[in-house]
Amino acid sequence: MTDLSQDAAAPRTGPIRRILRDYGHELLVVAAIIALLVVVGAINPRFVSARNMTSVFSGNAYIAVAAIGMTMIIVTRNIDLSVGALIGVLATVSGTLAVSGAPIWVAWVAPILCGALINAVTGLLVAYAGIPSIVVTLGMMAILQGGLISVTGGAWISDLPPEFLLAKMKVMGLPMPLVWAVALTVLAAAWMRLTPYGRSLYLIGGNAEAARAVGIPVRRRIVEVFMIHGAFAGLATLLFATQLQVIQSTTPPNLELLIITAAVIGGVSILGGTGTVIGASLAAVLFAAIGSALIFVNVSAYWLRAFIGVLILVTVLFDVMRRRRETRQKGH
Amino acid sequence: MLRRHTHEAVLALVTLLAILVLSLQSDQFLSVANLLNQGRLMTEVALVALVMTFVIASGGIDLSVGSIMGLSAILLGTFWDGFGLPLPLAMLAVLVVGTVCGLFNGIIIVHFGMPPLIATLGTLALYRGLAEGISQARSVRGWPEWFARLGQGDWLGLPVQVWILLAALALAGAILGFTRWGRTVYAIGASETAARFSGLPVDATKLAIYAVSGFASALAALIFVARVSTTRSDMGTGLELDVITAVVLGGTSIFGGRGTILGTALGLILVQVLENGLSLAGVKGDGTIVLIGVVLIATLLVSTLTERRARA
Repeated sequence: MTDLSQDAAAPRTGPIRRILRDYGHELLVVAAIIALLVVVGAINPRFVSARNMTSVFSGNAYIAVAAIGMTMIIVTRNIDLSVGALIGVLATVSGTLAVSGAPIWVAWVAPILCGALINAVTGLLVAYAGIPSIVVTLGMMAILQGGLISVTGGAWISDLPPEFLLAKMKVMGLPMPLVWAVALTVLAAAWMRLTPYGRSLYLIGGNAEAARAVGIPVRRRIVEVFMIHGAFAGLATLLFATQLQVIQSTTPPNLELLIITAAVIGGVSILGGTGTVIGASLAAVLFAAIGSALIFVNVSAYWLRAFIGVLILVTVLFDVMRRRRETRQKGH
Repeated sequence: MLRRHTHEAVLALVTLLAILVLSLQSDQFLSVANLLNQGRLMTEVALVALVMTFVIASGGIDLSVGSIMGLSAILLGTFWDGFGLPLPLAMLAVLVVGTVCGLFNGIIIVHFGMPPLIATLGTLALYRGLAEGISQARSVRGWPEWFARLGQGDWLGLPVQVWILLAALALAGAILGFTRWGRTVYAIGASETAARFSGLPVDATKLAIYAVSGFASALAALIFVARVSTTRSDMGTGLELDVITAVVLGGTSIFGGRGTILGTALGLILVQVLENGLSLAGVKGDGTIVLIGVVLIATLLVSTLTERRARA
């Protein structure tokens, strides 16, 4: 059922069919994005204006970046409910350093390192103590969320130095968050698909026993994946926390669920073993577009969450049906 | 008895210890008035947690309970204030809607084979979105006296909702502990395939569990609205996490097949004792949340490690 076994068992087919088979889900998300742009753009052309598109996509790029790490976690058949709280903590760490006069690069690197370190604890508890990740990260979420408010007292960090505001910078005329999201997605996708290490994650999620049997150090890998995911949360934090002049000690409510949802809509099976980071990033783009589109066609933004709910259910339904069909075909 | 219920015994000990320490920190803590008030405050989470014990023991999970609670609260306002239904009828309608929401979860899990985590993550967004869309950030106030008593009044010396909770506790404990149906829940959680081949009504049981979970969330919503005398679409946000914390703390295995109502009750009491006792002792709410996270992980750590040693 894993990508690996699919590759091995795949009959020789044309390149187009192969792309459709390997990236069918991702193409579906792309089609949905294009359809949305065309339809809503026809109703209200201002929706597809360069200005709106830029603000929508760069404002939500951090979700795509966080969804990359989450994809890796889910591929290994784990879950992380604490990532929203973690991003809140890392934003405060980074902002505090920035206003305390530390060199800017320290304020940028610190959240990435802290993210990896904090998640190392989570990973150790999951891999070596054997507590299910859903429970460990539920506890971590409480610890991080409560800890953050206790320490900051809910105070905002303001007067951030302008050179700290990474999300406002541009590379060759393109907004930094957009460039980062695309670059990180491409790198992570290539890493997961082409390197033995990346591919081993699919095997761990698909069949941990088999992974152990072929000599993959499963426990150590899981700790490492949690650390990598923490580093991606740190990168996401940089894009999230540097959008405005202030850093609040709260993150958008249910941020972790939004990130998990992006991964799932992007085609990551929650049963582990399959899914790509490209799909997850695209799904984050889709959310952002839907959120903005609702405003442009004059539907109250209050309905946004209902749309996303339907989207999750329909996508997963498609996925489940496709798998069933595949299993049936294999049976004959 | 002790060997079979190690986790519950450990938990009871921890709870007693917490009560002892906290009662030394504040004289109000062990007062009758305070304890009754805590019972009032914990009822909503507790009602949902009782059913969640069945859900998790059967190997499932229901993340949508908080959203069903929010949707139910909003619909209660809409049915009564918007459509002008008599309040008792509106309450009944809300309970029906909550049950249908739960049943919908059950149907997509059982008949479409969606993993419970994802299915209820989707309906978490869907039901909350419906609540937000229907309410458009409006709230309904001005509830009649008799309705407010459900959340604020007393009956025979106990808060009204505590009677409901006690009845639900007895019912849930009896069903899970002593009936064929309860054993079916464990069997499904231990191995669904084995349960199916043994001729147990797997699908019907799972459908019923999720439906009742929706019902409990709607009931909790009624009590919540009666207690705070207003409706808001964000009611019950994060409820799923409080509930799952209490259930898992109570020793129900997240993989299914194991868990008791006694454990869940102890888990609920421990969380409530910590929250209340620490706030009376002057610790801020956020510090308490940290401690609950630590207690959750530590309890699971101890119980996993002891189990491993017992097996070795």
